[in-house]
Amino acid sequence: MNIETVVNSLIQAHGAKATQLLQILNGLQAQFHHIPEDAITLVAEQLRISPAHIVSLIEFYSFLSITPRGDYEILISDSITDRMIGNRDIIDQLCNRLGVEQGVLRDDGRVSINTTSCTGMCDQGPAGLINGLTITQLTSDRIDEIIKLIEASVPLERWPEHLFAVSDNVQQRGLLLENDYTKGDAIRATFERGREKTLDELTSSALRGRGGAGFKTAMKWHFCHESYTTGDTDGDLGLICDSPSNHVTADCDRIVVCNADEGEPGTFKDRLLLTTHAHQLIEGMTVCAAIIGSCKGYIYLRGEYRYLLDALEAMLAERREQNLLGDNILGEQFHFDVEIRLGAGAYICGEESALIESLEGNRGIPRNRPPFPVTNGYLNKPTVVNNVETFVCAAAIAEKGGSWFAQYGTEQSTGSKLLSVSGDCARPGIYEFTFGISVHEILDRCGADLDLLGIQVGGPSGTFITADEFERKIAFEDLATGGSFIIFNSSRNLFDIVQNFTHFFSHESCGFCTPCRVGTTLLTRQFDKIHAGHGSAGDLVELEEIGKIIQAASHCGLGQTAANPILTTLARLPNLYHMQLKQIGFEPGFDLDSSLDTARRLTARDDLDAHLKQREQ
Amino acid sequence: MEQHITIDGVIVPFKPGETIMQAASAANIYIPHLCHHPEFKPHGSCKLCTVNVNGRNCSACTFPAEFGQQVLNQTDELNKLRLRIIQMLFVEGNHLCPACEKSGNCKLQATAYQLGMLDSHFPHFYKAHEVDSSHPDLMLDRNRCIFCTLCVRASRDVDGKEIFEISGRGINKHLVVNSPSGKLHDSGMEMDDRAADICPTGALLVKRQGFSVPIGKRTFDNHEISEDLDEQ
Repeated sequence: MNIETVVNSLIQAHGAKATQLLQILNGLQAQFHHIPEDAITLVAEQLRISPAHIVSLIEFYSFLSITPRGDYEILISDSITDRMIGNRDIIDQLCNRLGVEQGVLRDDGRVSINTTSCTGMCDQGPAGLINGLTITQLTSDRIDEIIKLIEASVPLERWPEHLFAVSDNVQQRGLLLENDYTKGDAIRATFERGREKTLDELTSSALRGRGGAGFKTAMKWHFCHESYTTGDTDGDLGLICDSPSNHVTADCDRIVVCNADEGEPGTFKDRLLLTTHAHQLIEGMTVCAAIIGSCKGYIYLRGEYRYLLDALEAMLAERREQNLLGDNILGEQFHFDVEIRLGAGAYICGEESALIESLEGNRGIPRNRPPFPVTNGYLNKPTVVNNVETFVCAAAIAEKGGSWFAQYGTEQSTGSKLLSVSGDCARPGIYEFTFGISVHEILDRCGADLDLLGIQVGGPSGTFITADEFERKIAFEDLATGGSFIIFNSSRNLFDIVQNFTHFFSHESCGFCTPCRVGTTLLTRQFDKIHAGHGSAGDLVELEEIGKIIQAASHCGLGQTAANPILTTLARLPNLYHMQLKQIGFEPGFDLDSSLDTARRLTARDDLDAHLKQREQ
Repeated sequence: MEQHITIDGVIVPFKPGETIMQAASAANIYIPHLCHHPEFKPHGSCKLCTVNVNGRNCSACTFPAEFGQQVLNQTDELNKLRLRIIQMLFVEGNHLCPACEKSGNCKLQATAYQLGMLDSHFPHFYKAHEVDSSHPDLMLDRNRCIFCTLCVRASRDVDGKEIFEISGRGINKHLVVNSPSGKLHDSGMEMDDRAADICPTGALLVKRQGFSVPIGKRTFDNHEISEDLDEQ
């Protein structure tokens, strides 16, 4: 298709605004499987931005590319759980049968295959994406089926539906998932009770953000409302926006953002909420808008969940039709609408200020804080950014009240938590538990053998725990987690796990600050040296030191937690590390014999004399 | 009442809205830094100015001074951290000081000396970086770029040209030139642009001026970078 036509229609669909740049580039990538140079020039002209800025985005987001990828762009998830169930075999099968090398476009331009970070399907892997659409349970048979479709050039729209089926996989429901709910109830309750009183309910619920950091939601909303720049002239600081909200315009004073960039490896619970509880999510955002005085909301949906986009758009349209979104919602002097913006493969965009940068059409680089988003967020406006689950909780609280919610859980962690359980257990999937549940009980429910190497709680950025900690509890005051819970049995190799996590952080580092950019690369190299059996005692000391530098000096949470996989396992399983070391004082940073590979290839020799002597010993 | 913070126990006054770095500079207290420049909006990426504020590490160049803050600056722990960070910059790029015409005027080199750097500690990356000598008056050697973005900021905010941009992610981050060829010669860059002499290292150099001041008489040849806050 003509590049100019595509550019024009994308700009028409999204608006000729720089904030829409990422959306436009997503559209171009979907159409051409790369961003053609001519398209860069055209977009730059129409959006009045520099071509270099556009290039900088393309080179930042994994799902965009300057050089062509295949008409069938295949990305296989490289999360540790995908590895444990053989994603490597799947990649080999695809590459061999399709005659393509990983990361290299096939000569006819039809296929490219590569790996990608966790796609949020750890309970039904190996998984991946084809042209951005999720495919799961990639057994050898299914791969055969996919290969045939590709070689017959069947367009993706005509592929059998079962290949794209994603199972909800709810294993246990609690107060959130069991909640009976009628559309509009939370909004009605908010207006009946009054907005200020509803914020009081949120305060008494003691709800804390479900993304991981656990900031008090009511406090965040209150701060955002407090930063009012217009109105409030009567000096009544206690007043909660009982003045009419603005009409839906670009001039909206405050912004509500839903963080649906669920990128922590091993987390997939928001996938469920976005599928089955999307109305409650929007309702939570709407209640937030009513309380803080906003008329504009955004859902930042991770690129990996693109398959959910159409259903979410349809749900928004349905709500507009039913007067639950748009102008004068339910007849009140209250206007609010929601727009969905799609990410493009960057874990860092789950960090709220990087997410805001991405929403604005920039590279996802975390901002300097303060100022915080509650005062200076999207387009510098006061902005509330909350996780999907937090908004769903907020909707339930608006409807049923704070004390209903606070009766569950622990004193510091009220309510329930959705966990994404994956790895070595009989029943992986989504579990809702009230806060305070012990690890032991979780293992019991999901049918895990107790002979375990350990559990990664909270994903790679969280903590690795071993058997003597299984009485610990899921709660902000003990084991805090955004929802990832990966179980490893005793047959698993600790170093394979830690290596996967450590490489993940180095791949996802945005590169803004020195300690994270350079440090995560140094850390992967140092770890790989030990993993390959070339480590000495000094290397272990160095490994820990690099980890602590990254932790102490990094700009944002990614860097501050990037060494957690190493530091938390080193603290718990030092013997495994020591057993991995060579029993000598010093080892060079490289393997001299393997460095001679090139010489051996050039001389076409691979006999014993072409190897260094110590190799044989 | 005058507002103040303490830095290593010394009382340092500040004006509302000032950063810790600004307050420190005004009081003639040196905090190591590379991406900070008083004429430009702070960036906060090099992390050499990491200080400890009430028990928490922060970048002095971006963190607002607030009454009652107890700031630690010259501690062994922080200087060790800064040493490791600057060593990271040295192994990431290819910095061959003896052969670099910026030697003696280079803030990366001077700050490394100030931090007592005697070796690079980490293994070098030896990564190939593109050198752009296409411009008649300017030379861009990406081997020496430390991503301080001062050229990006100067070109955008002072020259109004947007000639530079940071692209790529993570360790693949790199400096790009906004021109049809991707090189400097057709970028509209001129040698008297503010961006042309802002580079703290030898990545962006004006040609034919490198040795007009002999080695031995250059800015940091005779005193440490910490002793002369006017040079920053």
